[in-house]
Amino acid sequence: MTLLLTVLAAVCATVRWYTRRDDTMHLGALCLILWGASLMWLADAIFEYAELGADYFTPALEDMANDAFLGLSVIALALVVWLVIVLVRDSRGTIRKMLTRKK
Amino acid sequence: MACFLVPAAEAAAITVANHVIKNHEKRAAAQPRRGEKPEADRGGSSIPWSRKLSWLSELLWGGSLLLAFEHLWHGELVPWFPFLTAASDPASMAEMLQEMGSVGVLMALIVTGAWGAMVVAAEGIAKRDGETTPVAE
Repeated sequence: MTLLLTVLAAVCATVRWYTRRDDTMHLGALCLILWGASLMWLADAIFEYAELGADYFTPALEDMANDAFLGLSVIALALVVWLVIVLVRDSRGTIRKMLTRKK
Repeated sequence: MACFLVPAAEAAAITVANHVIKNHEKRAAAQPRRGEKPEADRGGSSIPWSRKLSWLSELLWGGSLLLAFEHLWHGELVPWFPFLTAASDPASMAEMLQEMGSVGVLMALIVTGAWGAMVVAAEGIAKRDGETTPVAE
């Protein structure tokens, strides 16, 4: 479930990055963060599948709910990291303008 | 257990290498050797290596960070020494090292492989269009 949610978030971010004309919002960074995590969880899923077989696809409801909660939390963390990148790089100069503005 | 440490170690190595390469590219751009053409004119890559490595670095750091959070969630990572709960006894430590050697290495290989495919595709697009295409950033 965590892998599924992260992949969905990565696909959404990639589509948004592709359709944007500029990259002042650094969506590329968000895409790479989410794809990086998705690929790593894929490796984890391969090992779990090798261990559990078809049972991997029929998780208990409680496990699924916990994994979904974890997936959403992971996406929230990725969004926070992305927001920090956007604010630190300040490609639109909004923060610079605000800080240098005279009253 | 601590599988994310393998891609995190690769990320650290890539970040250092990228820093060195970026400095080298800056020096080369500032003082080109006499008669030396830019790499793109020599039929080489039109996307600088520092840029390509920054994609790999972001993939690895981003993935490692989110996986570290997952380990924190499952209680395998704690904010006090020795940070990894598996490091407290030798039996768990052996299991952790085995997991790092299997799952961790596979994680690093999959991410690096995906990055390799991404670089090949980006080079193809850039050559097709005759200019550097902004793949990410």
